[in-house]
Amino acid sequence: MSKAPAKTTKPGDAGTTGHEWDGIEEFNNPLPRWWLWTFYITIVWAIGYTIAYPAWPLLKGATPGILGASTRADVAADIKRFADANAPIEAKLVAADLTAISADPALASYAANAGKAVFATWCSQCHGAGAGGNVGYPNLLDNDWLWGGDIEAIHTTIAHGIRNTEDADARLSEMPKFGADELLEAAQIGEVVQYVLQLSGQTHDAAKAEAGAVVFADNCAACHADDGTGNRDLGAPNLTDAIWLYGGDVAALTETVTNARYGVMPSWTTRLSEAEIRSVAAYVHGLGGGE
Amino acid sequence: MSQTEPSAPLYAAREPVFPRRVSGSFRTLKWWLMGLMLCIYYVTPWIRWDRGPTLPDQAVLLDLANRRFFFFMIEIWPHEFYFVAGLLIMAGLGLFLFTSALGRVWCGYACPQTVWTDLYILVERWIDGDRNARLRLWNQKWSLRKAWLRAVKWTLWLLIGLATGGAWVFYYTDAPTLAVNLVHGTAPFAAYLWIGILTATTFVFGGFMREQICIYACPWPRIQAAMMDEDTITIGYRDWRGEPRGKHRKAEGAEALGDCIDCMACANVCPMGIDIRDGQQMECITCGLCIDACDEMMDKVGKPRGLVAYMALKDEAAERAGGHPTHIWKHMFRPRTLMYFTLWAGIGVALVVALFLRPPFDFKVSPVRNPQYVMLADGSIRNTYEVRLRNKQPREMTLEISLTDHEDAHDFGGSHGAVQLTLEGRDANVVTVAPDETLTQRVYVTAPRGSDLADERRSDVRFWLRDVDGTKRVSADSVFNGKDH
Repeated sequence: MSKAPAKTTKPGDAGTTGHEWDGIEEFNNPLPRWWLWTFYITIVWAIGYTIAYPAWPLLKGATPGILGASTRADVAADIKRFADANAPIEAKLVAADLTAISADPALASYAANAGKAVFATWCSQCHGAGAGGNVGYPNLLDNDWLWGGDIEAIHTTIAHGIRNTEDADARLSEMPKFGADELLEAAQIGEVVQYVLQLSGQTHDAAKAEAGAVVFADNCAACHADDGTGNRDLGAPNLTDAIWLYGGDVAALTETVTNARYGVMPSWTTRLSEAEIRSVAAYVHGLGGGE
Repeated sequence: MSQTEPSAPLYAAREPVFPRRVSGSFRTLKWWLMGLMLCIYYVTPWIRWDRGPTLPDQAVLLDLANRRFFFFMIEIWPHEFYFVAGLLIMAGLGLFLFTSALGRVWCGYACPQTVWTDLYILVERWIDGDRNARLRLWNQKWSLRKAWLRAVKWTLWLLIGLATGGAWVFYYTDAPTLAVNLVHGTAPFAAYLWIGILTATTFVFGGFMREQICIYACPWPRIQAAMMDEDTITIGYRDWRGEPRGKHRKAEGAEALGDCIDCMACANVCPMGIDIRDGQQMECITCGLCIDACDEMMDKVGKPRGLVAYMALKDEAAERAGGHPTHIWKHMFRPRTLMYFTLWAGIGVALVVALFLRPPFDFKVSPVRNPQYVMLADGSIRNTYEVRLRNKQPREMTLEISLTDHEDAHDFGGSHGAVQLTLEGRDANVVTVAPDETLTQRVYVTAPRGSDLADERRSDVRFWLRDVDGTKRVSADSVFNGKDH
């Protein structure tokens, strides 16, 4: 296009800037006036914006803006809007029979989702974000339950907690400190530990286990049952399965028998609404282990 | 830094452009194309397409609220957005193809800015008269007549703008319902907002900004220089035939003059306000109106047509040197355009194939990784999967989930193996998914104590989803995490 005659229309009239790159020169065209006006309008707009909305930083906070805009208030309004919208289904959730929740798809879906949020906020600190538990904090995904795994039992556990002092209805039981309180000799503890290993199908010393069976029948069977399968009314764990809250090897079992364990869970009736407790109970029940 | 001329102004007002009416083959083509494109734009949202009782019956619907895109028989879900991406890439490559072959044909004929500006100028000409009347009116002081004409013109422009913005919102929700709601004032705020925004932009861009948008706001004129070369068809002025230009054909020395009678017809009809005789320039959108104007004058003065014509730079050089222009097909079919076409068509074929291959239902299997596995009371190992089932059919589907190893050699599901597949809250491995819905289902896979799956650190498995009432099935690969060692 180098052969094109010089432009006669306005833009080229202002000549070039004098810059040249490889023979390409730059026109010194004027800005369009509307562009300049647009620029001025943005400045005016910006000033108006800082008057209308929170903008200028002060020592504490910022200028509030005459429109009274506040993202914090927006969030509060959003929360209220959602709470109002959820009120009818929450009322239905509280009124429903616990076992009937899973049969109603709308209710089950609401409870599972609300329960997931409650769990993440209040339960995950001990039981883990994925409810996988930790040493001393039960795994809620498996099919082994200390105090019962149907939704009624889960609901009671969450509502009142375990071995806490704040709720008179809390689940309560206490294992004696067989070693620390000198209820059993060290040798007897060693024997009963071998018996427990035998109960759970692990490698054990058969001779000691045989002696341990007697110790078990005298001291442990009252709570853990004669066959070692535990008692959910007392939160006494099943000793015959593969799941151990505090570990199932010799060292962990010896520690448990010697000093006992006293796992505590807070009561949630004081902190959460009934709808929230029911939601999280439904959520935990639906994690795979629910009975 | 070099010194610039001190007199150069920093900014300048827009020079108003008053394109004169012209008739001719390119103008006629532009009228037809304008009618066709406006018709497509305004009518499309009103076309109905029956999809059964559960789905909207609008042929083209971008249902953002429900995350569905409907295009006649095609329904696109969000996870299939690559179709939309593919169409956008095709649109881009299509522009490359047309630009390299035909220059700024998009700018001159199809760009909404050009089409709506054309429509606005049509209204302007209807109210204010042709070029000379408009020029006079522009230079006049404000009077009752001028105010009246302006009021009428701007009202018509605003109504066109309103119709433009109004048609836009119909693409996003059911058009008849929204139309009624708009009239009753019960439509969503977003609908009014978008109509307002698009009315304002149409009014300002079509009525007042016009060529300024192309020159200053649009990046495309600058980008397309990269797709143009000496074979690209642009508009050229045969200066070797036209120059020296001159009006006075009967004056002395008139026989030395070229064919250009300097009537300014080409410049007066130009919607961009340029003179094509200055050569190819950035402002030119190659709309062809100057060709029509010049041909009309050449016919009148008895000279051959084509003083201004579509031609490639190569032809200009050849003709100037006394040669012949290359045939237009030779300009069009060259490696560059063939390459653009191959890319464009390749993506198009791939999209069509993908469209026909996609199953009417599918699922996504996400292993739950926190924790990776759960040991059950009997020592077996269980993995949990969040399975998202998608029923893309307008009917309820009953789908069965099963599991095999990754080579399909071994069926783990049901009673065939010790590995158990169970679904949370369900008695059988069968799920019913509502029409055009998704459903998230927790799926458990339990491997017995001591089995390969339970003891291997990690095994590949394949989930299958089968339509119980049909023959189709789809698979999704995943992993099973065994015990840590």
